[in-house]
Amino acid sequence: MEVAGIPEVYSSRELNLAEGAEIERLRCTATQPVPEPSEWLDEGDIEKNILLTTVERMIHWGRHYSTWPVNFGLACCAFEMISLAVSRFDISRFGMELLRASPRQADLMIVAGTVTWKMAPAVRRLYDQMPEPKWVLAMGVCAISGGTFRESYSVVPGVNCIIPVDVYVPGCPPRPEALMYGLMQIHDKITSADTTKDLKLPRLGGARQR
Amino acid sequence: MTVALVGTGVAEAVSKSIPGSILASDEKTVVVSADKLYPAAEFLKTSEFAFDYLANLTSADYLDYFEVVYHLVSLKKNHSLVLKTRIYGREAPAVASVVPLWRGAELQEREVFDLMGISFEGHPNLKRILLWDGFPGHPLRRDYL
Amino acid sequence: MEATETRTEPFVINLGPHHPSTHGVFRMRVTFDGEVVVDVEPMFGYLHRGIEKLAEGRTYTQIIPLTDRLDYLASMTNNWGYVMAVEKLAGVPVPERAEYLRVIVGEMMRISSHLLATGFLINELGAFFTPLMYMYREREKILDLFDMLCGQRLTYNYMRVGGVSHDPPPEFWPAVKRFVREMPGYIDEYEGLVTTNEIVLARTKDVGVLSKELAINASASGPFLRATGVDWDLRRDDTYSIYDRFKFDIPVGTNGDVFDRYMCRIQEMRQCCRIIEQALQQIPRGEFRARLPHLVRPPAGEVYGHIEAPRGELGFYLVSDNSIAPYRFHVRPSTMINLTTLRDLTIGWKLADLIVIFGSIDVVLGEIDR
Repeated sequence: MEVAGIPEVYSSRELNLAEGAEIERLRCTATQPVPEPSEWLDEGDIEKNILLTTVERMIHWGRHYSTWPVNFGLACCAFEMISLAVSRFDISRFGMELLRASPRQADLMIVAGTVTWKMAPAVRRLYDQMPEPKWVLAMGVCAISGGTFRESYSVVPGVNCIIPVDVYVPGCPPRPEALMYGLMQIHDKITSADTTKDLKLPRLGGARQR
Repeated sequence: MTVALVGTGVAEAVSKSIPGSILASDEKTVVVSADKLYPAAEFLKTSEFAFDYLANLTSADYLDYFEVVYHLVSLKKNHSLVLKTRIYGREAPAVASVVPLWRGAELQEREVFDLMGISFEGHPNLKRILLWDGFPGHPLRRDYL
Repeated sequence: MEATETRTEPFVINLGPHHPSTHGVFRMRVTFDGEVVVDVEPMFGYLHRGIEKLAEGRTYTQIIPLTDRLDYLASMTNNWGYVMAVEKLAGVPVPERAEYLRVIVGEMMRISSHLLATGFLINELGAFFTPLMYMYREREKILDLFDMLCGQRLTYNYMRVGGVSHDPPPEFWPAVKRFVREMPGYIDEYEGLVTTNEIVLARTKDVGVLSKELAINASASGPFLRATGVDWDLRRDDTYSIYDRFKFDIPVGTNGDVFDRYMCRIQEMRQCCRIIEQALQQIPRGEFRARLPHLVRPPAGEVYGHIEAPRGELGFYLVSDNSIAPYRFHVRPSTMINLTTLRDLTIGWKLADLIVIFGSIDVVLGEIDR
């Protein structure tokens, strides 16, 4: 069938032929009944994977919608973090509006600003006080590498000398949009985490045999 | 507009009251000797100059000597003066504290002590302020690093 | 039954460096007797980045971004104070238009900074975050205007020796006019919400009183000084730039308490709007930056330049040895010197008042520690 204005690429006859060939191919190959899944799949693997990844994913899904950051401002970047928290940018859209004053109630640390050697023990202690699982976001070049103050005698050349960092958001200071993108990366990291990867879990099939 | 007093004129008045205190003076500044700093500062505060406000206190390292710089302002008469003193020797430089005259010097003198290593005799609480105890050296000295 | 005498023992509490109401990484070692403050020792240095030392290794133009990061809530005035000191040292003339632009952005910066100061003060009175939402609403408008000027929201790096870095784009002018027209209405709104609020009055009136004599003796400056009744503003008393061309009042307090500091800031914001309005009417066309060689090389000598920054007298002491980098670079930190009297203000008050008094001084750690 020809439609006015559209050049004909495939004729309906060609399409009909292709469709017929596909039917014929299936009819020729499908001669034997397909064995049921338990015969060709490792049953134990199926049960372990389906059960565990589902629960894990559910937990991660719930977790990434309520990452509570520590109310932890070090320098200039802190005010962009606060800008993100108030009405214009509004991180409550991501379930994170509760900036916790106590690290014990938080699971995300936004290191916003220059870390000096005098402050470093406090940063380390705050990190240690946070309960697992926890994530760290280094905001701004000072926290990433010391930035413009890198050669100074009192500045830590990157907060990752003290604590492990998950996501780096560059900028001096990063705009709230950039920080928001960094938070999305943290969310991705939380949801895509596979906690059972390195664990040698007992096979569920084995449990049934016992 | 704050009038910057001519240093030579002020120096004359200071040396009349405290003989032998002036090291040098020019258009803008008065340099007093370190051992006569406190009486000179007291004179500038209580005499007709009435410098009641210490705007700024800092120091500079010229390798031969340290210079402590006081920017004085009189809010009453709206005039200003740069007062300086020179301390020779790099081992244990010291000068009298002006905290009894101007409380505003308290934290600034501690800062100079911390970063330049000049101690102020008579300061109520002289210890490191910005850096931690045990930090090696005084970073604002020219020979640091 | 005979009443037994109850005694309290003094104990020490460490406030900070990580504390939600210390405006950053400030630390106080407070000794309490019961709930009453007996002794306060402010501790600094948790944000000491060595800016004064770093500046000795950079050219005069490269230092401008460093000054942004001193008082990061008032970067424009930091830039201004620094370039003014360099201009004084090098004897560089500044074009008329640049002076007007500096006044406009400087006064907008003052509004933005005072907005945060009042917002955080009320935050510390216990109205958590709601007042800040109001203040941030207007602050974002100012940040948008600065964004048009130089593409940054917080660290502007806008001023240059001998002018400013860019002429504003055409859409800046209607936006700033609209902002100045609307701002007094917003200030009325804050005043309606806060100034006559009974709780605010009870918590701030006669709290943390600073006497005139002590304020002058302790080198206080800015609204902190003016709240005590000392009529001293560098914009008028040591006129710099073109402030002699504008009509504006200097709000002065009477009591020197927390409420007066709050009122001084609110009234100052209204005066800022007045100054910006006049500047917008008078601003001429022309060059926005003087034609200068790439590297500034001032003659040997020294200079102390100071301006009235939102938090007080911000001074820059520069020593030049006729090279491309300063021999000595010193910043007079206004808020650090204001904190000299923290102990006198807070002794005898309760812990909750300590937080309010500290909030009313309005500190920024970047400038204190440098």
